[in-house]
Amino acid sequence: MIEARELSKRFGALSAIDGVSLRAADGRITGLLGPNGAGKSTTLRILYTVLTPDGGEAWIDGVSVLAEPLEARRRMGVLAHGAGVYPNLTARENIEYFGALHGLERDVRRARAAELITRLEMTAFADRPAKGFSQGERVKTALARALVHQPRNVLLDEPTNGLDVMAVRTLRRLLGQLRDAGHCILFSSHVMQEVAALCDEVIIIAGGRVVAQGEPEALKARAATASLEEAFVRLIDSSDRGSAP
Amino acid sequence: MRAIWRVFGKEVRETLRDRRSLFTTLIVGPLLIPALIGTVISLAIRHSGTENTGPIMLSVAHADRAPRLLGFLRQYQVEITTVNTDRERARRLVAHAQGPLLYIPRDFGARLMAGEPAPLRLYANESNRSVQGKVARLSSLIALYSGTIARLRLVVRGLDPQLLTPIAMHLIDTSTPQSRAALTLGILSYAILFTMLMSGLYIAIDTTAGERERGTLEPLLTVPVAREQLVYGKLLAACAMMLVALVLTVTVFAITLPHVGLARLGMSANFGPAVAAGIVLGCMPLIPAGAALMILVASYTRSYREAQTYVGLVLLVPTLPLIFANILGLAPRPALMAVPSLSQHFIIMGLLRGQPLPGGEVAISVGVSLALGAVLVQLAGRLYRRERLLG
Repeated sequence: MIEARELSKRFGALSAIDGVSLRAADGRITGLLGPNGAGKSTTLRILYTVLTPDGGEAWIDGVSVLAEPLEARRRMGVLAHGAGVYPNLTARENIEYFGALHGLERDVRRARAAELITRLEMTAFADRPAKGFSQGERVKTALARALVHQPRNVLLDEPTNGLDVMAVRTLRRLLGQLRDAGHCILFSSHVMQEVAALCDEVIIIAGGRVVAQGEPEALKARAATASLEEAFVRLIDSSDRGSAP
Repeated sequence: MRAIWRVFGKEVRETLRDRRSLFTTLIVGPLLIPALIGTVISLAIRHSGTENTGPIMLSVAHADRAPRLLGFLRQYQVEITTVNTDRERARRLVAHAQGPLLYIPRDFGARLMAGEPAPLRLYANESNRSVQGKVARLSSLIALYSGTIARLRLVVRGLDPQLLTPIAMHLIDTSTPQSRAALTLGILSYAILFTMLMSGLYIAIDTTAGERERGTLEPLLTVPVAREQLVYGKLLAACAMMLVALVLTVTVFAITLPHVGLARLGMSANFGPAVAAGIVLGCMPLIPAGAALMILVASYTRSYREAQTYVGLVLLVPTLPLIFANILGLAPRPALMAVPSLSQHFIIMGLLRGQPLPGGEVAISVGVSLALGAVLVQLAGRLYRRERLLG
């Protein structure tokens, strides 16, 4: 379970997020939806302990990311923006390296890497150096790397960026499996269809604030429209008007 | 602790796989640079050998105007070829020629007979170093001839020729063959320190700018390992590469230098396994400081390219004290042994000269270099805590 309360973060004069509170429950896929520059990545980066917030608090399974960052990191797997991998290592070595950094013994991390390679359909390229990987192959490698320590919570920043239809399907299926196994999944996206197809819960974020949170159906009802896209636009719009002087 | 070793292992493995960086680290640095320097030194030795001995080829215009002078010069290994030329052509001729040209003016004989200064013109292109040596020898030969005539004139007039020698100076050269060679080998310590530092460059840049540019920095920061440990692992890998390069460079020098003609300068006996080991041990304490400094500098840059530029400049910093030492003729003393890289230079030079520095001075060098390393390593360890690092 992932919780955040009143997170705020400034970069110089720019306020990236201002009072973001959210909750992502176990056994559910929660989508962080918002236009570019809304503060999705900043929120995720604070949750996965790369950034320190100027104000507010956040917890992973009740462990404070500020007070016990190492313990919090143990409980989550992260697919960061861009899915960078080490070009001179093979996909398998990339995955096993992160297993090692998570403190897994050699046998355990080998077995986990092998299992993830099968599950994510990576067998064809698993033992090639990552240098020449396509974006899809890189994302799969990065995803396997994030899951190697079997984290209870999974955070993904724009995971479907640059993926083809087949890769997106594999990803969706995997996220669905993880949810059914009781994991807590939080991912950010600016693609409406994806959120609609995948999420049990949607958090709409705009201008560094949470505009609305709820199940897709509830959000549609609140915005009095049948499409999530329309709901999204209306909710962001109303928040703009609300904050105007 | 285990995490440090795991990062170390991965960095080493990645470096060994990257052919380009491996080529720079282990081939260009430790093999090519010593080979290049060996060639330069060997050329320098051969050149300095031919300058002061052996015949001088001298072209002479109007040789018939000074037969006795030329006879005198021939006695001192000056081989004379006569040429037909006027003054203007002589100037042009010499600009491209290998040797100097002596032009004897029409009134040379007459003025000599009259006891007036007799003019001579020596054309030479002194930008050529080998010509410089020949000109110096010719000048002193002609001065000798001129002096002899002067003495004879005094004797003829009943005066003591000693009047012409108010001061008799004797130059006593105290340099040993080793110390003369060490002067030529001054570039050696520079080459050793430079290749050593250069070998850590790739991993140092990779620690910050490289990880960031490939997008692996953020995932790396989400593993449950204290961030200093990640940096220490990379630092250790950079140090290992630097140590390998240092050992390789010194080994290559130890093997090749005896073959470049050092024997003529009495150096060959001096660069044995013991000296090589001494140089490696003397330079090792500088490794942690060098690696940490490069990592620190690279962390302030925004891209891999920028990091390469700045870290490349940092590689020049340790050479500055060496240049000062050469210009100012600095000799080792305790205060100077507290300057990292300069003190390593002194240790190397002392070993090459066959005069190892006293233990106390070496201890200062080792102590200060390691202390500086400890401080810089601490600073580097804090790097990954800064958010700015994410760029």
